[in-house]
Amino acid sequence: MSFPPDHEIYKRRFSRNIGLGLTLGAFVAVVFGLTVVKVTATGPIEGYDHVVQPGLVPQGSAE
Amino acid sequence: MSDSSAFEQTAAQTGDAGFGDYVALLKPRVMSLVVFTALVGILVAPVPVHPMVMLASILFIALGAGASGSLNMWWDADIDAVMKRTRKRPVPAGMVTGGEALGFGLSLSGIAVVMLWLSSNLLAAGLLAFTIFFYAVVYSMWLKRLTPQNIVIGGAAGAFPPMIGWAVATGGVSIESVLMFALIFMWTPPHFWALALFMKEDYHAAGVPMLTVTHGRKSTRTHVLIYTILLVPVAIGAAFTSIGGPVYLVISGLLNAGFLYGAWRIWQRDETVAEADGYKVEKQVFRFSLYYLFLHFGAFLLEAALKSFDLGGW
Repeated sequence: MSFPPDHEIYKRRFSRNIGLGLTLGAFVAVVFGLTVVKVTATGPIEGYDHVVQPGLVPQGSAE
Repeated sequence: MSDSSAFEQTAAQTGDAGFGDYVALLKPRVMSLVVFTALVGILVAPVPVHPMVMLASILFIALGAGASGSLNMWWDADIDAVMKRTRKRPVPAGMVTGGEALGFGLSLSGIAVVMLWLSSNLLAAGLLAFTIFFYAVVYSMWLKRLTPQNIVIGGAAGAFPPMIGWAVATGGVSIESVLMFALIFMWTPPHFWALALFMKEDYHAAGVPMLTVTHGRKSTRTHVLIYTILLVPVAIGAAFTSIGGPVYLVISGLLNAGFLYGAWRIWQRDETVAEADGYKVEKQVFRFSLYYLFLHFGAFLLEAALKSFDLGGW
């Protein structure tokens, strides 16, 4: 069994598709980088599942 | 219909525009000036910005500028088709349809403004949105075909990037960012009219009321001199703010003396002399004006760099 040859439109649009793919990839990378920077800038984040939250424990009841 | 126009129509109808045609819609040469001045706006601000935030912000400011270029090419396709310099742009060349350029410009405008808001702040995003509106609507749709002063008011669109950069870093507007804006705003008319004197484009056929056509070339020469004189206090004045200093003052003083001398020479000449030497002085002044702006913003950067070694400023 052999694959049918590509339609000629894929050849004609090759550069455009590659360019668009690279642009979208770069956009994702920028958004990811921004997210990392923004989240890191907010400081340590406390999880709220299955762990004691020191900030929520009333003072004097820690012992 | 010629063979070439038949081919071009087919290209647009079948959507065969290449990636480069969409890049051309963004006016990459204009974008380079936007990137440089916006970057200076961020770097000279007193608030440090994370490099990733800086990169993203510059990228989205440039994208917004490009989007306004695409909207301009959609609206001005009829003018572009007439003038030799712009005839090969994607829309008049038939590679991209007007509707595609409009959709492309609107989409990128939305993405650029929202992403700049997310990466920096609402003021910077608001200024970018206003810049796109100003260039596409106020300049392209309204003033360009209405008044020979189009380039004066339209120059504001190109003057906003350093102010946006400053807003990215500080979240505000101050005298420093206003002066950076004013520097580009006042520089645009003499820079552009020096070009208009020797380019001799067919603005009349295109229906654009350019000063050289409506008021004549002698009047244009006078305008170059007057606007250069008005530019000098703005450029020198920036030396006495927090982004200036003695190094900037010296550089700016020399550049302004050169620009004033060039504008004075343009004013003194008439068309006969200019045509005889192939518009030598006009071309020299135009080239000098490019260095003028680049070196002024370079001097702002130099002052900021010196300050990090406790050397710059007053």
